[in-house]
This record gives sequence, structure tokens and C-alpha cells, in this order.
Amino acid sequence: MTKTGAEILWECLEREHVTTVFGYPGGAILPAYDALKHSKVHHVLVRHEQGATHMADGYARASGEVGVAIATSGPGATNMVTGIATAMLDSSPIVCITGQVGSKLIGSDAFQETDITGVTLPITKHNYLVTHASEVARTIREAFYVARSGRPGPVLVDITKDAQQTSCEFDWEAAKPQLPGYRPDLSPEQAEYEQALELIKNAKRPVILAGHGIIISGAMKEVRDFAERTGIPVALTLLGLGAFPASHPMNLGMMGMHGEAWVNHTIQEADLLLAFGMRFDDRVTGTLKTYAPNAKKIHVEIDPAEINKNVKVDVALVGDLREVLNELLPHVASVDRSEWLDYIDRLKGDAAVRDIQNLPDNGHLYAAHVINDLWRETRDSDSIVVTDVGQHQMWEAQYYKHDRPRSLITSGGLGTMGFALPAAIGAKVARPNAEVWVVVGDGGFQMTMSELATIVQENLKVNIAIINNGFLGMVRQWQEFFYERNYQATPLLNPDFVKLADAYGIRSMAVKQRSEVVPAVQSARGHDGPVLINFKVEQEDTVYPMVAAGAALHEMIRRPSPIVETASDE
Amino acid sequence: MSSPMMNTFVVYVENKPGVQTRVASLFRRRAFNIDSLTVGRTEKPEVSRMTITVDADRDQARRIEANLYKLVNVLLVENITNQPAIVRDLAMIKVAATHEARSHVLELASVFRARVVDVAPESLTIEITGAEDKIDGLLEVLRPYGVLEMVRTGIVAMRRGTKAVTATAAGTGYAQVATDDDVSYSV
Repeated sequence: MTKTGAEILWECLEREHVTTVFGYPGGAILPAYDALKHSKVHHVLVRHEQGATHMADGYARASGEVGVAIATSGPGATNMVTGIATAMLDSSPIVCITGQVGSKLIGSDAFQETDITGVTLPITKHNYLVTHASEVARTIREAFYVARSGRPGPVLVDITKDAQQTSCEFDWEAAKPQLPGYRPDLSPEQAEYEQALELIKNAKRPVILAGHGIIISGAMKEVRDFAERTGIPVALTLLGLGAFPASHPMNLGMMGMHGEAWVNHTIQEADLLLAFGMRFDDRVTGTLKTYAPNAKKIHVEIDPAEINKNVKVDVALVGDLREVLNELLPHVASVDRSEWLDYIDRLKGDAAVRDIQNLPDNGHLYAAHVINDLWRETRDSDSIVVTDVGQHQMWEAQYYKHDRPRSLITSGGLGTMGFALPAAIGAKVARPNAEVWVVVGDGGFQMTMSELATIVQENLKVNIAIINNGFLGMVRQWQEFFYERNYQATPLLNPDFVKLADAYGIRSMAVKQRSEVVPAVQSARGHDGPVLINFKVEQEDTVYPMVAAGAALHEMIRRPSPIVETASDE
Repeated sequence: MSSPMMNTFVVYVENKPGVQTRVASLFRRRAFNIDSLTVGRTEKPEVSRMTITVDADRDQARRIEANLYKLVNVLLVENITNQPAIVRDLAMIKVAATHEARSHVLELASVFRARVVDVAPESLTIEITGAEDKIDGLLEVLRPYGVLEMVRTGIVAMRRGTKAVTATAAGTGYAQVATDDDVSYSV
């Protein structure tokens, strides 16, 4: 059957089970938009192309399916760069489709021409420039396959205007991916399994480091079985939260720069680290010179290029985590590790029973309370919290107890401010029955708040909690600790967020007292449209504990006193 | 940790536009220091072959290999640093050679089995093929006469022996790598 490149594009997207794309039209992609009228795919018009990529990313992280963003050439394509880099660093499968000027014009600095495959080369898993209609089908099939297989990541497909306009024979079957050099399905050698099992058997003080790979691989049950059978406790990375239930007795909590002290001490004193689908990012290791100095390391990881990149490991099991754990599970025995577990319990000490709910109300509103209350209210529902980047992100990780995978969506690797609001839109589209909460700072919110219009336009029930401290809080915290409280460029002049939401027709309220938090959350949950709550929290509050950049993981800046949850309590 | 040394990789890639950029970009992005990169056609029209030399210790060399494999267009990577291999560089050297110096320069070229490919009243152009150190050696002895211009291709390498490494765009995965038996040590 003869079709235009544009028609082939939509047909291929449908065949890849795409139901929604997030996009913004423009000259070079107009033929594709023209062909949209014959397609069953729903197009969400965004307000900025960066938003489209974060939405595709949020869609992918909430569902595990490939998210799709579409934009025109030049500025449309370059606006996607931040979203693509975000997806790259967090291994999120998205396909970005961009229009390109006509193939005859390439290289002429034509209007809205950018070499977007060149620009995105280092921040995509792979990318394509398509100059003929006959290449569209195979390229789209390859793009989806590459994006979702192995270690997932973003793939960009740049299609020239003439490739969209011209016609050719379309044959889906004949357009099979041809990727002779692509090997996403590696698995370990038998000898490597045996070495790993030997280390596990002999370990006295082992700890599992649980990462994002567990969720990507779908290995939640296997990790749980492994931890329960071996009696090995589990520490989580930020993106690993939800991969192992927070309520599970073997769960230690989050590790790293803002992890609880006992978690980091456990890692530093361990004699075996079992890294499951994590990559020893500098935010979880602190300085590598003193990282877990007495521990043997087993690294289960699908990407061979991650092995020995940051931390030298003793055994590398390169393969899909779920398959690797299923190989290991029949051979691991239960070992009495009560001495080690008791020791960790003593490390926790008072901190483990710290109950911030029962702290007296001193008239201040702390972010930790807001997030803890939000968790208490939403813990029993199918909730997804989408956080931005900064202090609120760390407080959320500390005080919202994630029991389910894909219940936290956040930009970990790139640390992209402005991620939360659009990513939440993608998450809500992917899982319309989930209760979606955006937890965002007043700084990050203003980077992409134009997508409020997208929420209203798509009639999405998304709740937005702005943790508003009038500062770029995390930067201010670094200035407080490391730059002698020289608060350069961190105080924020904010609009009235309640009025702003009102302008979009979004119900909104401001909360200044701790006693108002729960009623506000309940009221938002009860309303059937989007709601924005402006939580005006303590201005100079601090995230504790903190491992300073370049410091050893066990050298944390601790809370000033065990009972004072937050900073200055005048 | 092993000490840094010059590693030689033979990399088979799909013969498609932009693949060389992807490889070069990878080395830049990961801060691996390329000493030399050459690319050319192979016996198969759909496959190009690169020879890359890079200063790296053993762990870095493994990571370079793994990162090369992450590029979708890379078919096969071989680190031949410690393998018997023929390694060749080609240089053209333009030397100032006036009347009295000319015979000395010709003599040196002959000692190095280099060929004179251009003769001008004030200069000679010498072409030499060989391992890098041989070219460095010739360059060293020519320098006092005045090297006016020089160009080198960068190295190309091939394993010794009859068994060839095969990589095709039809899909091989890990191809049979040549073993060290039936190695010929002819120069």
C-alpha cells in the first residue's frame, strides 16, 4: 500500500501501541500534523517542547512503556534537549520525533534548521536522520526497540519535511529492525555466578544497594525474595525508592548525600555490597577514596560500560537483573545475620523512632510535616508523587514512604528543575486512575508552570503541592554551609500562586499553618479537577543529614539535635 | 591498577553516514585520549574498519571497549594491543635538500627503506611506511636538514595469521576471533 512518510509515521506509532503523543507543531513537522487527522493517536498540545519531553518521560516512568514527544525543527528540537538529557541520565525510554528542513536544504542554514542529531548525539541512546519516506517505517521500529530494550534511553528521529511528504510503498513486516551491532541481551557466565554465590555465602556484614534497575527490570519480587531468604538488609538509591517496600523490616531507607546516617554507616562498615541495578553515582558514594573500604562488591548491571566505572567491583554480573536474580535465588541459603542486623539497629538509635508527627506545633510550617501528612493521607491509594529538584525532593524521599514501584517519579541523574509538573502530566495520562501529586519547589515550578494550561486543556486531575520557601532552597543551603551564608541570587520574588492558578481556572489555596495541611490535602483529593496548594513553609529550613560534596559517605553534617527536626527553632 | 599504555583497537562499524562522528564523540565525551584514529573501507562494502590508538590503563581499556559496544552502529571491537599484529603508519616528509645535503638525505631514506616520491630543486619528498617508531626514527635523523612539511595517516593494524575477524552488517554478534596458531611472522 502506498502512503506518505507522514502517514507511515502515525501508522507505525499505532503499531508500536502508542495511544498518546506530547507535542508542539511547526513548519517542518506540519506534514506529520496534517496526517494526524487520520490517526487514532491522541495528541496533547503542550506549551513548550521541554514540557513534551518531560511528559513523555513521566509517561514512560509511570507505565514502563515508551513515551513519545514530537516537535518541529530548529528551536522546537533544541527545546527538547533538556528533557532528552534528563531521560538519558535516568534510563527512561522515550522516542522524540522532530521535523527537519527539506533534505535539499540541509547544511544551508535554512530557516529553523538545526543539526539536531549532532546536538543530541551525546545525550541520546541513539538517533536517526531520515531523508526518505521509505526509511520511516524501519527507523521508527528500530527507535522503539532501542529505546525500550537493554538499558532503556531516549532515541531521537529527525525526519525531513520531504520524507514526510513523499509517498512510498508501506510494508510493516518488511521494515523489521536491522541492528547487527546492537546487543541488549547479555548474560553472565556460570563462573561469575559461582564467584558471586561464594562471596554471598561468606559475607558477615552484607547490604543490598537497590537501584532504578529493579523497577526497569520488574525485579521487585525477586529482590524481596532474595533479601528475605538471605536476611540481607536493603538500602535504596533515590530512583530505587519503591523498588523495595519502605514498610518492609529489611528496608534501611535511602542512601547517599541525604540518606539517613545509619544507612550510610551500614554501607561504610559492610563487608559485601550487592549492587542491584544501580551505578554508584557520586551522590550515593561520597568520595570514592573511602567508599565502603572493607567491602567486596558484586555489581548486577545490564550495561557493561557501568562496570568498574566509578567503583571497582569484585564480581560483575552483566545482564537483566530479574534473570540474574532468578539464577541466584535457588542457590542462596539462609544465614543467621542477627549480629549484623542488631548492630544496624543500634546505629539507628533514637533517629529510627523519631516521630515528627508528635513534635509540638511551634507555629512554623515545615516541609517535612507537609510531606509526611501527604503520605499519611494518600498511602492507601494508588498514588504517584512526582517531585522536582532541590530540598523538597529530598524531604519527599525522606518522609514519603514509598511501598510500590513507579510511585515516585523524579529527575535523579540530571537533576532537572522544572521536571515535575510536565512529568506529572505524562504520568497521569499513562495511569489515569492513579492519584497524581506534584511536589515542587517555588523555583522549579516557575520553570515550566506554563504547562498548567495543558492540565486544564486535557482536563487532568493532577494535584500540585508547592513547597514554597521563597528561596532556591537547596542552593541556599549550600550557601549556608559552604559559602558563609552569602545568599547570592537565591531569594525568590514569587507571584501569588493562588491567583495564578485562578487565572488558569485551577482551584487553589494557600496553607500557612500545620493544622491546615491535612484539611487542604483532603479538600484537594475530594475535588474532581486539578488543585494547587501553596504551602508557605519555613524559609531557611535545611535538609539533614548531608554529605558535603567530596566528603566521605560517613562524614555527615547531622541534625543539630535529635529532637529538632528542622533548622532554627527560635 | 595497571599503568597507562598505548592500546590499539580495531573497530568494525556499519558503513553509514555519521558513524565516525559517533565514535569520535564517544572518546571526547568520556575523556578518553585518542592518539590516532583511522577509518577506511573493508572487503565488505557495508562495513568500515577503524583503527584507534588510545592511552589507557587496563580498566579504562575495558570501559572503552564496553562503551564502543554501546554505540548501535558498532559491530565488533577487538583490542589487539597484546596480540601479534602488523601495525603500519604512512608518512610523507618534505625535507630541505640543497645540493650538498641531497646525497645524505637520499642515503638516509635508503637506510630506512623509504621512497623518494618528489624531487624539487630545493627539497625532496620522502614516503615511508612502517611502525610508528620507524617513522619517528627517520624523522629524527632528517630534522637537522630541515623538515619543511610532514603528514602522517595514523596507524592501521591487522592481526597476523590466516584466520580473519569477521563482522558483517548481516549480523554476527561476537565473531570468531583469530587464535595464535598459524601465525606468520614475516616482515
